[in-house]
Amino acid sequence: MSIEVIERYCKGCSICVEFCPKNVLEMDGFIVKVARPDDCIKCMQCELRCPDFAIKVHTD
Amino acid sequence: MAYDYEKYLRPGKLPHIWCPGCGHGIAMKGLIRAIDTCGLEKNNTAIVSGIGCASRLPGYMDFCTLHTAHGRAAAFATGIKMARPEMDVIVVGGDGDGTAIGGNHFIHACRRNINMTYIILNNSIYGMTGGQFSPCTPTGAMASTTPYGNPDPTFDISKLAIGAGATFVARTTSFHAAQIDKLIAEGIKHKGMSIIEILDDCPTTYGRRNKFRSVIDMMKRLKDIAVPVAAAGKMTAEQLEGKILTGVLYKEENKPEYCEQYAKLIAKAKGA
Repeated sequence: MSIEVIERYCKGCSICVEFCPKNVLEMDGFIVKVARPDDCIKCMQCELRCPDFAIKVHTD
Repeated sequence: MAYDYEKYLRPGKLPHIWCPGCGHGIAMKGLIRAIDTCGLEKNNTAIVSGIGCASRLPGYMDFCTLHTAHGRAAAFATGIKMARPEMDVIVVGGDGDGTAIGGNHFIHACRRNINMTYIILNNSIYGMTGGQFSPCTPTGAMASTTPYGNPDPTFDISKLAIGAGATFVARTTSFHAAQIDKLIAEGIKHKGMSIIEILDDCPTTYGRRNKFRSVIDMMKRLKDIAVPVAAAGKMTAEQLEGKILTGVLYKEENKPEYCEQYAKLIAKAKGA
């Protein structure tokens, strides 16, 4: 299981950080950073809501 | 497993031009999931748009796409559907493009009940041209052309579409991302004119002029004002003040579809 952030696509809107129910993500300047990957429950909210196709949750 | 959006996107086009936090990207992902669910073929699907932020969407999609004159997307789409009735036609546009500049094309496409899906990304403003007020800018709101607040009442796009004769009308918001693809898929499957209105956020030209500190505030507002149709039946008029209904607002199966009627007319003229 891993969360992939495509930094070239990320515009730093922080929607994923706000709507992550487990506080896995945080902002690192203008780019999102996966700060606590072990807390991820694979709800896919970040991948669903990212307007920039910049975040992918690989569950396998 | 991460969703494979790339399968339906033109390679090398990302990152897209929309501003940070713009809901158009969320809507585009919803459209891709809906197309995937319905199993539409790339060579048999036309995505048509006019001018504006929302109308940039087809440029990223790996289908037959057409970027047309401002407001005229519905007219061009009608042309495609008349010439090639077997194609699946999807129109994408904004609130200004669809209901102001293309208002007549919009209502007459609804009236004809031609079999296509029109997705309106309603962000309450003309974003690309500099934040002028549109027919969907709330009364009192600030726009670049209403420095003292917008004096105009607004259009309710869904009611307009129902009144004009569309046979499937649904509404959701960019906050309700998981609902977007379900409603679009239902619209694609519906035979007749389907209108899917997606209330969107424009943090750059609408949000910052109207005291939204961030895109998150705009998203939370969309969450707060949305009431599912089923829940609205149990609410009082007072509770529904300032709310918008989401879900399938109208569906009619019996109205004749335009291409079929036209095919009958051709057969009749040929004396068959």
